[in-house]
Amino acid sequence: MEIRAEFWLLLLGVSLVTLLPRVLPLVTLNRMQMPEWMLRFLRHIPVAVMAALLAQSLLTEGEELIPLSVNTNLIAFVPTAAVAFFTRSLLATVIAGIGSMLVIQLFL
Amino acid sequence: MDTAARSSLTELDQPAAGAGFWQGVKDCVPTLLGYLSIGFACGVVGKTAGLSTAEIVLLSIFLYAGSAQFIVAGMIAAGGTVYSIIVTVLFVNIRHLLLSAAISPYFRGFPWWKNVLIGSQLTDETFGVAVNRLSTDWKHRDKWMFGLNITAHINWIAATFAGAYFGAWIPDPDRYGLSFALPAMFIGLLVLQMAHRQQIRTDLAVAGAAVVLFLLAFTVMSVNLAVLTAIMGAACIGMVIEHGNQS
Repeated sequence: MEIRAEFWLLLLGVSLVTLLPRVLPLVTLNRMQMPEWMLRFLRHIPVAVMAALLAQSLLTEGEELIPLSVNTNLIAFVPTAAVAFFTRSLLATVIAGIGSMLVIQLFL
Repeated sequence: MDTAARSSLTELDQPAAGAGFWQGVKDCVPTLLGYLSIGFACGVVGKTAGLSTAEIVLLSIFLYAGSAQFIVAGMIAAGGTVYSIIVTVLFVNIRHLLLSAAISPYFRGFPWWKNVLIGSQLTDETFGVAVNRLSTDWKHRDKWMFGLNITAHINWIAATFAGAYFGAWIPDPDRYGLSFALPAMFIGLLVLQMAHRQQIRTDLAVAGAAVVLFLLAFTVMSVNLAVLTAIMGAACIGMVIEHGNQS
């Protein structure tokens, strides 16, 4: 198990710049009253985050846009979203998603 | 959140008042498969970039951020300097500011060290599950959060380790439909979130705006900055719509 000396510096750096944005708002906003506009902005963050990450995971591969004509994710999206809507269960949705993609990979 | 929305929640959404750590562990289960396959791929990529298994596991323990770990591996393979990698990771992970701020109202009045622990393991997926579950009148929400966070973190460490260790022998983990586990998780979290909030028109507009803004931004910037831009822009649009509805 070799770990290079330079790696420790890298590990410390990337961990710190990731830890700070994760922790600072939780610790500091805890102690002050947030203005009303900021609370309203933050209330929309969950939907905005999930929709943006969904768009990324459906439509892109690395730094490339998947051409629409070959994007099988969009086909799998339909039954998966339907299961999510009707069951309201995260587990059922993930299983339906994997099952849909499996069927698509088998037949397309 | 208002009481009308609260009372209409189904049993599934509303944990028992005494629920704590183990409920958090249970609530993490649906997200495990998605991150198992991504983590496995992340371990394989790390290995091919020249990282040792020990280094990959250390990154999973202390950095603990999927897209950042892929980028670290890619930049190491491309011969990037330590400094340039650190700056890039800062930009990739800056969106955690928004996630952390968005759950902070639920953890007011908790000791600072608990908030440090909760924040240090905050990811897109634990955030997504948490905003569907948290409420300020739930006593053991800190313990629940620990259960959720620790389960997700152990799963991630195990997945990247498996990818680094066994990756060479197992061909293409994305076969068998697993490549869609992650998008499916985001679909589920988005639908649950909207059902939970009962302001479907505003939410649909925000979600639609996020997708359009992401695609527009992605034509001129990297995928990670495009995600950040889409989140900020869509949340602003939500604010404006809400303001219009009130006046």
